[in-house]
Amino acid sequence: MSAKKETLGKTMLVVVAVCLVCSIVVSGSAVGLRELQQTNAALDKKSNILGAAGLLGEASTKEEIAEIYLNKVEEKFVDLSSGEYVEKPSPDFDMYKAAKQPEFMVRVEGSNVGFLRRSSVASVYHIKDEQGEVSRIILPVHGSGLWDLMYGFLALDSDGQTIRELIYYQHKETPGLGGEIQNPDWQAKWNGKQLFKDGDVAISVDKNVGDGNQYAVDALSGATLTSNGVENTLQYWASENGYGTYLKRQSWKS
Amino acid sequence: MADTKEMKQALFGPIIGSNPIALHVLGICSALAITTKLETALVMSLALTAVCAFSNLFISMIRNQIPSSVRIIIQMTIIASLVIVVDQILKAYSYEISKQLSVFVGLIITNCIVMGRAEAYAMKSPPFMSLLDGIGNGLGYSFILIVIGTVKELFGFGTILGFEILPLVQNGGWYQGNGLLILPFSSFILIGLMIWGIRTIRPEQVEPKE
Repeated sequence: MSAKKETLGKTMLVVVAVCLVCSIVVSGSAVGLRELQQTNAALDKKSNILGAAGLLGEASTKEEIAEIYLNKVEEKFVDLSSGEYVEKPSPDFDMYKAAKQPEFMVRVEGSNVGFLRRSSVASVYHIKDEQGEVSRIILPVHGSGLWDLMYGFLALDSDGQTIRELIYYQHKETPGLGGEIQNPDWQAKWNGKQLFKDGDVAISVDKNVGDGNQYAVDALSGATLTSNGVENTLQYWASENGYGTYLKRQSWKS
Repeated sequence: MADTKEMKQALFGPIIGSNPIALHVLGICSALAITTKLETALVMSLALTAVCAFSNLFISMIRNQIPSSVRIIIQMTIIASLVIVVDQILKAYSYEISKQLSVFVGLIITNCIVMGRAEAYAMKSPPFMSLLDGIGNGLGYSFILIVIGTVKELFGFGTILGFEILPLVQNGGWYQGNGLLILPFSSFILIGLMIWGIRTIRPEQVEPKE
């Protein structure tokens, strides 16, 4: 504590000086490290796609992930209303950013999925096997959980209806409760579930799901709202509003 | 300049003698939440030690200039800036772990240990001693976190830093993981046991009966 007499001027001077130095340090570190962080985020997305593709087991280093991604994953763009493939709309197209751009914006109505607009074009990922055939398709899905939107990848077999993986990579759910959507044991329950029954969206997240039920997954205990969010997300994206048309057309087979 | 004995006291005293968690019972929140795995506990310890050391150093360097009417705000500004820098560095160099730690790195700002040391020690002491005191308190925090992280990961998951020590039944071994230890509140019990242990060895820490 200063022994000198305090004046208003000096107090202001010290406060301004401290703020100035701190803001320079903070913005300097943010700008200086941005490139590295973006590389990390892109790599993280790739490794999540590989995780949904069931290919991550083979990869450990950054280079391996990048290489497997290059060889086996192909990014495609789908017009959700017609279900057909389109050219990449713009060089830096991002379906989550496009939801806010007027030329892509589609309003979401009559759904409790938790967002009000989505992009008319979505990115999907083809996973190719050794012969170059499409073995899985990976669909980005998002919807609101308890606290915020949850972003994930849904991996389907090439029949367009058998679920292989549901991997969430970004969410703000409570660790230990809703955060358990990232628990490998729970993720494993999705393997083999069916998205549609007789052409209608049938997948749900329920309590006390029996072993034989192909259309439901056990809800997370203590995380009802997160579980409901997962159900709403899948039901929305599997419907005609989401990838429904695309999945029925099976555009990847032609 | 302070003599060697005083320096040792500032650096190593807070590990057992005046441990910020065990004696002052500060910083419990983060200690409960992120000790499920040893790796996150280590990174969190490192982050807190760095923030605590540098905030003590910088605050002590300008302690004679800080007007006492706004001193808390100035301390907070410096601590918050340091935490943001640490967070950015973690995001750039250790993305996976920074995702696991999520909000807890940001919450170092409100960790009472950092603030407490800045107000109680750095405002009155020369920079070098404050730096040592910051590192010392960081080490004290780390000590508790590492012990708890080790116990929880070893008996909860059968691993240490991801290496299998006790093979789990699920993976064909013999050890049944203790599910209780994975939950955050088990750290509460473990910290309680540690405080009990430390106060049994050092009875002078026990508060007198009212």
